[in-house]
Amino acid sequence: MVPVNYYVILSAVLFGLGVIAFVVKRNIISIFMSIELMLNAVNLAFVAFSQGMGKLDGQVFVLFVIVVAAAEAAVGLGIIILIARNRQSLNVERVDLLKL
Amino acid sequence: MTPQLILFIVLAALSVVGALSLILQKHPIHSALSLIVVMVALAGLYLLMGAEFVAAVQIIVYGGAIMVLFVFVIMLLNAGAEEYTNFSKLAGFAGVPLGIALTGFIAAAIARSAGTAQVSGSAAVLAPTRTISEMIFKDFVYPFELTSFLILVAIMGAIVLAAHKEE
Repeated sequence: MVPVNYYVILSAVLFGLGVIAFVVKRNIISIFMSIELMLNAVNLAFVAFSQGMGKLDGQVFVLFVIVVAAAEAAVGLGIIILIARNRQSLNVERVDLLKL
Repeated sequence: MTPQLILFIVLAALSVVGALSLILQKHPIHSALSLIVVMVALAGLYLLMGAEFVAAVQIIVYGGAIMVLFVFVIMLLNAGAEEYTNFSKLAGFAGVPLGIALTGFIAAAIARSAGTAQVSGSAAVLAPTRTISEMIFKDFVYPFELTSFLILVAIMGAIVLAAHKEE
């Protein structure tokens, strides 16, 4: 038997790694993947708490999070394709139209 | 050391190594493959907790559909290795310690508040998939219908974005 704490701490570590990847990465697709990593970390915490409390609500929420992630991936990757088509680059530092 | 704990340590190490590899790899396709490793390891952890429905959905939707979409876009755009400027190194210098501090704060808060949490992975919940489906289609039926609407909007948005209008 594994304590719930271990799962939640692993989830925190994965979320922190996702935040670091979000800040450090320069490729727009890699930044998008680090968002997916953070969503996965949150899902792990949801399932761990759901099993720890003996209720299944958390697993239903995980399903909804996965649906939102799928919708986000579809729209986000469409935007990425448009950016790559217009800018000929995937580097986020080249996408600075709103910067003064 | 129970077998469950050993399995947990192996899968947790696999997921953390995958996440580190996502950060360290320069090429986006290598990052995507690292992310697939993380997702499969997380599916194993869900199985270890006894959440087999979530594990199956994780493999099918995340490891299957979403990551195939990512790999497809990376191949389509012929994405090369990342380029780093001085500014991005600055972001690394500031971001990595702050990210580690964030992780430390979250982990410390959890360790302090949930010190006496129960153990997971009990065999008491033997067939939760039936219960989950009943919850989705009874208790959470309105959010469920709302997600179908969300998917419809996402499909329309993707089509509108992808439709290339030649001037």
